Amino acid sequence: MSLRSPLGRVLGRGSSGEGVHHWWVQRVTAIALIPLLLWFGGSILSLPLHSYEAVRGWLGQPWVALLTILLLFTLVWHSKLGVEVVIEDYAHGGAKTTLLLLSAFIHVLAGAAGIFAVLMLALA
Amino acid sequence: MNQRPLSPHLTVYKLGYTMLLSGTHRITGLVASVGLLLFVWWLMALASGPDAYADAMKLLGSPFGRLVLAGFAFSVVYHFCNGIRHMLWDTGRGLERAQARRSAVVVVVAALLTTALVIWLGCAAMTNTGVP
Repeated sequence: MSLRSPLGRVLGRGSSGEGVHHWWVQRVTAIALIPLLLWFGGSILSLPLHSYEAVRGWLGQPWVALLTILLLFTLVWHSKLGVEVVIEDYAHGGAKTTLLLLSAFIHVLAGAAGIFAVLMLALA
Repeated sequence: MNQRPLSPHLTVYKLGYTMLLSGTHRITGLVASVGLLLFVWWLMALASGPDAYADAMKLLGSPFGRLVLAGFAFSVVYHFCNGIRHMLWDTGRGLERAQARRSAVVVVVAALLTTALVIWLGCAAMTNTGVP
């Protein structure tokens, strides 16, 4: 016998009110990160990183800048979801809310700063 | 209600390889999140100009900087490899005991080898003299 209300069952959103959305986006971003990280890691490691001109010239190209922005967006999203799960497991009550807010703010700041930096290089 | 047991319990189980790899996945994920902040800081230094970039590379190229970068490299690589293992499990594959044990070995070996490769290539990319 199920204790769930007929409405709750048909909506299928569980106690968190968002169903499997959090879990699902964690996987979608993970899959997107496979090609993005392989591309970026391979590219960055074959650059002469000590040379400002070389790194800047590479990152300023249209496709490179676009893919790097997508990488940053996906990394931040995936990281935010993951850190949220850890906070929800170990922190409770007021500390949990505070840490979740802090994590959200830091992730948005990191994403905005990273994308802003790439746009500065690409559009300069 | 407040007396209900809360997951996850860390202290009541004997440490097994499953738990070790799973815990490492979580810890490397957190470390990689901190590494993301460092990555953004590096991009901001690049956008700030040649002097700021040179300062950032001097810091990252120091022995301490290289050690930190190596730690981030291992975290990202391990989390990447074990993340693929987790997603294979999500499709219902590889859940038998022997299969899970085999994939654990594959993940650890692949992560260590790839980290070594990344450190080697990274050191070469950071120095003027080419491959050390």
